[in-house]
Amino acid sequence: MTTRISGHVVEPRGLTSLRPRTGGGDPAWLAEARRDAASWAHEHGLPTRKDEDWRYTRLEPIGQVLFQPSAARVDHDLASIASEAPGADLGGTRLIFVNGHLVPELSRLTGLPEGATVTNLATALAEDGERLRPLLSSPAGPRQHAFAALNTALAEDGAFIRLSPGTIVEEPIELVFLSDPGGTALVSSPRSVVIAERGSQVTIVETHAGIPGDQGGNSLTNAVTELVLEEEAQVEIYRVQDEPETAFQLGLLDVRQGRNSRFTSHSFALGSSIGRYEVRVRLESEGAEVSLNGLSMSRGEQQHDNPILVEHAAPHCTSRQVYKGVADGRSHSVFNGHIVVRPGAFGTDARQTNRNLLLSDRAEIDTRPRLEILTDDVKCSHGAAVGRLDEDALFYLRSRGIPDEAARGILTFAFANEMVGLIRPEPLRAWVEGLVTDRLSGGAAASREAIVR
Amino acid sequence: MLQIENLRARIGEKEILRSLDLHLEAGEVQAIMGPNGSGKSTLAHVLAGREDYEVSGRVLFEGEDLLALSPEDRAAAGVFLAFQHPMEIPGVGNLYFMRTALNSIRRRRGLHELDAMDFLALAQEKMKLVEMDRSFMSRSVNEGFSGGEKKRNEILQMAILEPKLAILDETDSGLDIDALRVVANGVNALRSKDRAMLVITHHQRLLDYIVPDRVHVMTEGRIVRSGDKGLAIALEEHGYSGLERHIADDHPVPAGTP
Repeated sequence: MTTRISGHVVEPRGLTSLRPRTGGGDPAWLAEARRDAASWAHEHGLPTRKDEDWRYTRLEPIGQVLFQPSAARVDHDLASIASEAPGADLGGTRLIFVNGHLVPELSRLTGLPEGATVTNLATALAEDGERLRPLLSSPAGPRQHAFAALNTALAEDGAFIRLSPGTIVEEPIELVFLSDPGGTALVSSPRSVVIAERGSQVTIVETHAGIPGDQGGNSLTNAVTELVLEEEAQVEIYRVQDEPETAFQLGLLDVRQGRNSRFTSHSFALGSSIGRYEVRVRLESEGAEVSLNGLSMSRGEQQHDNPILVEHAAPHCTSRQVYKGVADGRSHSVFNGHIVVRPGAFGTDARQTNRNLLLSDRAEIDTRPRLEILTDDVKCSHGAAVGRLDEDALFYLRSRGIPDEAARGILTFAFANEMVGLIRPEPLRAWVEGLVTDRLSGGAAASREAIVR
Repeated sequence: MLQIENLRARIGEKEILRSLDLHLEAGEVQAIMGPNGSGKSTLAHVLAGREDYEVSGRVLFEGEDLLALSPEDRAAAGVFLAFQHPMEIPGVGNLYFMRTALNSIRRRRGLHELDAMDFLALAQEKMKLVEMDRSFMSRSVNEGFSGGEKKRNEILQMAILEPKLAILDETDSGLDIDALRVVANGVNALRSKDRAMLVITHHQRLLDYIVPDRVHVMTEGRIVRSGDKGLAIALEEHGYSGLERHIADDHPVPAGTP
């Protein structure tokens, strides 16, 4: 039963009533952190649209499902997952998770230099849990919301990557998260931790997708990733979210950057029913640079939400955000980008761009750039636009014999491809191009050739 | 090939074409001249299928009702408009664009489609006509092209699509004399007994290079005078206002040099 009382969703048996599984091998501090987080979530309830960061997200469909926490399953059809797992197999290290739990039989570690630790969270906790303590307790900070708390309460596994000083990982590390509710309603809570120590470098490709031969059911992925870049570390993360359009997908990436570190992210939000990917970056030390790129393509009844927070907490840091949204059908696409320049963060250089393409009269796009500048001597700019396909360009293509639908597909692809074109690993770019092309209307399958490189 | 009868076009209350008649046969090049705002470009766009106008009257293209066709169907039937202001389309490769266009038309006509290699060979052959090099083909459609490059790119498309009826809308605008010569040479190379061309221009200059069989003068949405090439020269002498005075006085402007 779900009752709505003055804007608060009260769910007596819903998500926020879920409790950590007992009897695990958690160290005492973690068991306590889980209990605290669970009761915090229960007390505060799910966010509502009165919460600034959630005002565009319709969570009711999630609140109506009685989810069970996922457990590590043993009955996967490994052969079919192995042969049909979505994604671009880049040939390097690859961890495959099903419902948030690592499947070691499908994963491989290869080509990793000494100084790179790549494993799963459960193993890292068992081996050296104490070192993770500050990280796993951190989302209990003031910016917490119930989903972050629920993740802390329920997370049992996820990826763990630690690079010792100066370690350079050449091949991208792939993290593939597959959801397989198996006809039930499951919440998966992967918790990943990436620690790039001084001067280390790595590229991570994170994929979220359904499983081949999915038996249906409801899946909610509530993922949290914590990323720490120490001095002069360089990290690039590609995230491709191509879940089935019945799935719920909530992600939070929490980044802290040290002096002269450089972080780049590319988010491609394509799938899921509700897809929310929140990125928070705190530039903690001088000279840090961050570049956040995103492409969201929604259709049907999909909801895509991209809340961003970039916090300039130190002088002479640089931030860039370029997000693009394409909304078709009755879908809803949101960009909620917040830049905060803290007192003393002089010499800040922050830019934000959000451009959107509305393909249907019934689709909705909300764009909300926010700048909060609490110091002088900063360079900040932001721009947002929502438009439709250019009628003149459309007429030009049609006048050359290209049918209307194909012309629309070509122009949409050209709009989206600016973001896809930023992908550096070639097989990944080809795969994402294919995903984007498949979503275009009529006969535009050929338009992947339209790319200008 | 093209019969236009009592063609009218309006946007809202604004009447732009008022009862326009024109006949164009295969192999002919006819020019339409007129002052700014006379409706020349509207005529070009209406013939190509622009949907912004309320259109009435009759336009037969090879006996078929042209006005009933979508822009893409008109292109497949063999109508081509060289735009006065070709669109820049960032992110869409020029070569890809032209191959998609040609293959769309070929598919509609039941012909096999050209693969990338065959198309490249064809495009390179046609590029010589307008003195373009391969670098244009790897760029986005018209993006960052100079005025002259855009016009050459239009003529290249015409050469590749091989229309039966080509409408050239102010193809000379913004061109210096060298670029004009290149574009005009390209157009002349495409003149043939099976192809008709309608050359729309503000200036007589273009008609020194692309010599028309017939010249029409358009003002306020209708054709007010028709004659041979001499009419264009007379226009150059008297200007449109001079010509209008002659009409008002019912003194026809003599054809040829006065």
